[in-house]
Amino acid sequence: MKKTLSMLLALSMACALSGCAGGSSTATTAAETTAAEAETTAEAAEDTTEAAEDAEDAAEDTEAAEESGDEAGVLSYEEYMAAELDTEVTIQAYVQAKQSWWEDKATVYAQDPDGGYFIYNMACSEEDYDRLTPGTKIQVTGYKAEWSGEVEIMDGTFEFVEGADTYVADATDVTDLLGTDGLQDYQNQFVTFVGMTVEAAGQDENGNDVAFLYNWDGSGTEGDDLYFNASYKGETYTFTIESYLCDSTTEVYSAVKNLEIGQTIDMEGFLYWYEGVNPHITSVTVIE
Amino acid sequence: MKRQNHFPRLIRPWFFQPWLVRPLLFLLGVLLTGLFLTGCHGQKERAAFTVPEEFDVSRDYQITFWAKNDTNKTQTDIYKQAITDFERLYPNITVNLRLYTDYGDIYNDVITNISTGTTPNVCITYPDHIATYLTGDEVVVPLDELFTDEDYGLGGKKLLFDSPAQSQIVPQFLEECRIGGHYYAVPYMRSTEACYVNKTFVEALGYTLPETLTWDFIWEVSEAATEKNADGTFKLNGQEVLIPFIYKSTDNMMIQMLKQLDAGYSTSTSQVEIFNDTTKEILYTIAEHTKNGAFSTFKISGYPANFLNAGQCVFAIDSTAGATWMGSDAPLVDIAEEALVDFETAVFPVPQFDPEHPQMISQGPSLCVFNKEDSQEVLASWIFAQYLLTNPVQIAYSGTEGYVPVTKTAQESAEYQDYLSREGEDNSTYYSVKIQASKLLLAHEADTFVTPVFNGSASLRNAAGQLIENVTKSVRRRQTVDEAYMEALKADITALYHLDEYGALSGEQADLGPLPLASKILLDSLGAIWVLLIGIFLVGKFKKKN
Repeated sequence: MKKTLSMLLALSMACALSGCAGGSSTATTAAETTAAEAETTAEAAEDTTEAAEDAEDAAEDTEAAEESGDEAGVLSYEEYMAAELDTEVTIQAYVQAKQSWWEDKATVYAQDPDGGYFIYNMACSEEDYDRLTPGTKIQVTGYKAEWSGEVEIMDGTFEFVEGADTYVADATDVTDLLGTDGLQDYQNQFVTFVGMTVEAAGQDENGNDVAFLYNWDGSGTEGDDLYFNASYKGETYTFTIESYLCDSTTEVYSAVKNLEIGQTIDMEGFLYWYEGVNPHITSVTVIE
Repeated sequence: MKRQNHFPRLIRPWFFQPWLVRPLLFLLGVLLTGLFLTGCHGQKERAAFTVPEEFDVSRDYQITFWAKNDTNKTQTDIYKQAITDFERLYPNITVNLRLYTDYGDIYNDVITNISTGTTPNVCITYPDHIATYLTGDEVVVPLDELFTDEDYGLGGKKLLFDSPAQSQIVPQFLEECRIGGHYYAVPYMRSTEACYVNKTFVEALGYTLPETLTWDFIWEVSEAATEKNADGTFKLNGQEVLIPFIYKSTDNMMIQMLKQLDAGYSTSTSQVEIFNDTTKEILYTIAEHTKNGAFSTFKISGYPANFLNAGQCVFAIDSTAGATWMGSDAPLVDIAEEALVDFETAVFPVPQFDPEHPQMISQGPSLCVFNKEDSQEVLASWIFAQYLLTNPVQIAYSGTEGYVPVTKTAQESAEYQDYLSREGEDNSTYYSVKIQASKLLLAHEADTFVTPVFNGSASLRNAAGQLIENVTKSVRRRQTVDEAYMEALKADITALYHLDEYGALSGEQADLGPLPLASKILLDSLGAIWVLLIGIFLVGKFKKKN
């Protein structure tokens, strides 16, 4: 018995001592850091989840309001466009495409029959992001902002409009508006450009014309944004495959990489703005 | 140009998923307990790197290099050329280049790859980021021994190129790569921030640019520029848009203002000091000028260069590594040609509170080497990293933007001096604004500083910028910025960036929180064993006595 007792005692002490030994310096290893960072991320998620929960509470009120047919405070597209920058706005619209989600913030294109919205960095849990399928109606409250010409709603929160209908916009043909001021009226909408001719986007290392570039000047690699040019009635315009919106695994990314100068193409995409029109293309069809 | 202020491309590894974190922490605790109870036997760690005696040239090596460029084709071409030239010297080393345009993306990808053991071999990085990498076990190679290795170290005799000696690297720049008493990186390029001024506008407003820009001067001129015509356009430019003063990196703005005012930011031991009265005064000043329309930021409005070049900005503060985008004749332009206006550009150091003692941030890419099982592979990586410090690479790359080479050998070379002397000869290679930006840093190398690096310093940096962003946004949204606002802001930023977790907030006792469940179980078990043993001992004694 004494032997057993001594052994247990010794083992217990040995364990305790080994636990306190130098190994502890490596105990703060990547695993712990990862865990700590993950916890940090988780807590950030929780913060946002809490915000989302608050938003959900608000949503219940709104839903109740909606059921009674009262949509007080929700701006029409026209009212939204008329609102001053940096004012708080609330809109209802239908998700058309999701651009990105990171750290519980989502960036999406939304639209209603009257116009398009770009909703930048809206608080959104990952679970809710998964539910933001095209056509889903949401109510967004945030601040109207303009960044390099792009009119958007930023720092927003959102809620699903339960029981609402769905709406996926048909692409509006804006080809004839290229190069005109009228194009801006369609900012953020789902649009189409038809009968465009692929032009050289730049040159490769051997000085040969190429139909697309990774990044605007060819400084990128696979996975980066693609830039390509197409002309209509003698004027050339630049189009972008925004890699956050359509990454290198998408059909459109491959389609652009296979473009040939001189081909005639139809395109669909969202009318993003960056110091002028900068369409984010989501599909390309070679006509001839 | 892409809006580089978020990192949505990061795919979270499975263990980063929020819903998994708490269960995993519990499992981790149990696992550690298990290891503890077995005397921590069997723990497998990557061995610390030791410099091989000889580089084995009989073997082939594939190394990956994650490089950052400023969305600049010339820079990527220089990387490619450097690799080609290096591979000619070392045909047994193949360098695979992966290009990034954002430090944040590299950081996120490295963090992701540390967990899977798939880090690159060599990577462009910021020291702040290395501090986080270092919390992993033997992830980043300490370079002290490599620096001094006679054969393969800096200036090593067995290298097949002219590597600079350690003493030839600009000491301030090298010092920035020392973390916790060890070198974990070598500087690759250095830049600082510059204030790009529309001199034409300043003079039109009746002011003369001083020798050294001060904050008072900038605020005064910016306020004067906000005057409008009856039709709502600005008197200064006749346009509907004018943001007199735009700052690209508000984290640098706050850091430099605090440094210049000798106010707290953080200690070298990770104590956060940013929430002080000086910070508050700075924020009130920014609020005041934002309210009058004199100030905005990149995150809120857009790239300073675009506003400057369109005649919609008087003072644009951005990196010297963004100089090729600045000015009427800038070789890189992001706005429509018809939007460009003609004006004279002046290049100044960032504004100062004390012009006699200017202080400005030092920034720019550094290179770190990641540890691998194969020490020969690490050595091959180190040799390549050194190659990037050679004159041809240093001089070529520094000429792409307002960078400066990090070695004295390159800075003092006839080729580089010739480059500097040809300022303004054309609007491409010798673009005046770009070379002025480089000269600015060369003239002020001794006036540069860096902030302390520790695990969490990257978060603190973000927090510093967010204070300014939040105040600026709030004022624009007509919210009240007062003492109550400042208190709430402090709480929000502390929580958002977890400033009370990385390091103790100044003057406050750090709350380490409750013990993890696994620790509690462990301690309880030990206690129970001791109670049991003592009990058995006492019972035995008692029996013996009777």
